[in-house]
Amino acid sequence: MSSVDDGGLVQLLSPTGERVKNADYDSWVEDVDDAQLKSLYEDMVVVRRIDTEATALQRQGELGLWPPLLGQEAAQIGSGRTLREDDFVFGSYRENGVAYCRGVDYTDIMRVWRGNAHAGWNPYDINMAPSQVIIGAQTLHATGYALGCQQDGVDTVAISYFGDGATSQGDVNEAMIFAASYQAPVVFFCQNNQWAISEPVGLQARTPIAGRAPGFGIPSMRVDGNDVLAVMAATRIALDRARSGNGPTFIEAVTYRMGPHTTSDDPSRYVDVLEREDWQVKDPIVRVEAYLKSKDLLTEEFQAGVKAKADDVAKKIRAGTLNMEEPDALSVFDNVYSTSSSWLDRQKNQYSHYLQSFEGGH
Amino acid sequence: MSTMTLSRAINSGLRKALEDDPKVVLMGEDIGKLGGVFRVTDGLQKDFGAHRVMDTPLAEAGIIGTAVGLAYRGYRPVCEIQFDGFIYPGFDQIVTQVAKLHYRTGGAVKMPITIRVPFGGGIGAVEHHSESPEAYFTHTSGLRVVSCSNPQDAHTMVRQAIASDDPVLFFEPKRRYWTKGEVNEEITADTLSLESAAVVNSGNDVTLVSFGPLVATARDAAIAASDEGVSVEVIDLRSLSPIDFATIEASVRKTGRLVITHEAQQFGGLGAEIAASITQRCFYYLEAAPERVTGFDTPYPAAKLEDHFLPNLDRMLDAVDRVMGKDNSLSNWKGQ
Repeated sequence: MSSVDDGGLVQLLSPTGERVKNADYDSWVEDVDDAQLKSLYEDMVVVRRIDTEATALQRQGELGLWPPLLGQEAAQIGSGRTLREDDFVFGSYRENGVAYCRGVDYTDIMRVWRGNAHAGWNPYDINMAPSQVIIGAQTLHATGYALGCQQDGVDTVAISYFGDGATSQGDVNEAMIFAASYQAPVVFFCQNNQWAISEPVGLQARTPIAGRAPGFGIPSMRVDGNDVLAVMAATRIALDRARSGNGPTFIEAVTYRMGPHTTSDDPSRYVDVLEREDWQVKDPIVRVEAYLKSKDLLTEEFQAGVKAKADDVAKKIRAGTLNMEEPDALSVFDNVYSTSSSWLDRQKNQYSHYLQSFEGGH
Repeated sequence: MSTMTLSRAINSGLRKALEDDPKVVLMGEDIGKLGGVFRVTDGLQKDFGAHRVMDTPLAEAGIIGTAVGLAYRGYRPVCEIQFDGFIYPGFDQIVTQVAKLHYRTGGAVKMPITIRVPFGGGIGAVEHHSESPEAYFTHTSGLRVVSCSNPQDAHTMVRQAIASDDPVLFFEPKRRYWTKGEVNEEITADTLSLESAAVVNSGNDVTLVSFGPLVATARDAAIAASDEGVSVEVIDLRSLSPIDFATIEASVRKTGRLVITHEAQQFGGLGAEIAASITQRCFYYLEAAPERVTGFDTPYPAAKLEDHFLPNLDRMLDAVDRVMGKDNSLSNWKGQ
């Protein structure tokens, strides 16, 4: 098996859409038939469309912020699609493609970014925690959740998504220590998109990030994160290891953030145009398109269907965002505690009276 | 009823919690075979197994962060932070995750995590082993913060804390671990409200508010004051957030005088909040401005100096004299 040590980057689909044979990984994706391949393609196109729509909504003032995942579709769809319904995802704030795989209500994705809520969805509805803004904190949550699965005697797995920047955080390193010590059924999925806002990955790591995990006693894989098949294979290997009681795995999906960190960012201040062009040819969707074409699957009818689906999702997101109900003023006090708090009850009561004073209420 | 030390009373409370609910798990450094550096978890790993009484790697953020994940999965983790001064590496997970997840998720995800912290000074320890960091946590919305002062409360309150669906910071007065008292273990976790203060000594002239390790000192001060003809009512807060203001308010309306004491530094501490809130609620009942008897606004000093830093009986009496308008250490003070 290709490993970090030999500098290997697992790739099953070349940028030009050729299927690269790999004895160690092929068996993990041999069930991916034409229908599955087309469906993976569709998901990636839809997620990119969501990204475009959300960016447009932000530019129109309908969202406060949006963190695009442009360029990372294969990493997110390839891994997200391999998860079981009962597996639990702890992502950062950029895993909206994974949320899509979890079957999230499209509008719910926008709730946080419109400023209506801190969490878009009920985590237990789709077995995915809400977006995590504190860098790397969720890796510990995934590890704890996995410990719970282990104690429950089930083969459910927790997976944590984070970026290259997060690997500098203490939390991520502590998560790997805890996971290794207890052999927790957790997958550490690092999307190395080369940039932590303006800081290149070289500032976080002098050597490939995947190389760290073995030091913690955690097996590691470094895969082409723009190759949906390689990502699928690696994630399945990791999930299988966790399910069979053999502990955590670290995956570095080497990808590229084609857009800004968020809509508030200006990458032209720090990204070299040539670097972006280099990655453009490795686009995760283009290579699947080429592969489908080589298999005569990229028919006009299929493409029109995919486009119609993407447009439909975008339309629903736009409508859902614009029609989102504003939160009630007094809901600011809701759910601070699961039971009542005399202090907070008093504050809420006083603020309620304050609000009523504008209505001649008293 | 049986007589036991405060530390044993917590041990017994933890044991009951482990027996009552299979989802309760204990996590911490050295809490297994060793039974904790203060032996509070003594014998629990032997009886409940290493999967329920877990020795963890030496990483406080790791302990709290994995507890968050366990809570997501439906567990009730009870984390031990070995010493007050070691809580700061876990501070981020407590403040940004534990405290906020219920709010963040609109009530969907509960965080029934108890974080036990031996706190306070008076044991002649080295640096970082004598601190009182409660105000950092009372300032954080979403956390409940409590502190016990006697074996019965320690037993009852640790069980309440674990049974609560909210996260609870449980501050244990480490210098009182060896205090003995009668403990009824046949209580249920809902015997007390998690928010109720206790009037532990009735009086008419001055209300002295204390908690944790200083309750015993405050009671001694009340006895000494009565020798001088001053009747001091001592309140044990028990809950530091939220605070049972109704109990303090009723007392101050009776006495007209308020003294608050805590080991923590004064500036921005609990005393400030209590003084402000009670002044607002009892302004026309007050005979004197509220006084605070606290640690100084310095880092916790070396052990040989801690007797100066820590509020003691004499400093409490000095403050009582001040609110009574009697001669006191500042009577002739001309400073700014």
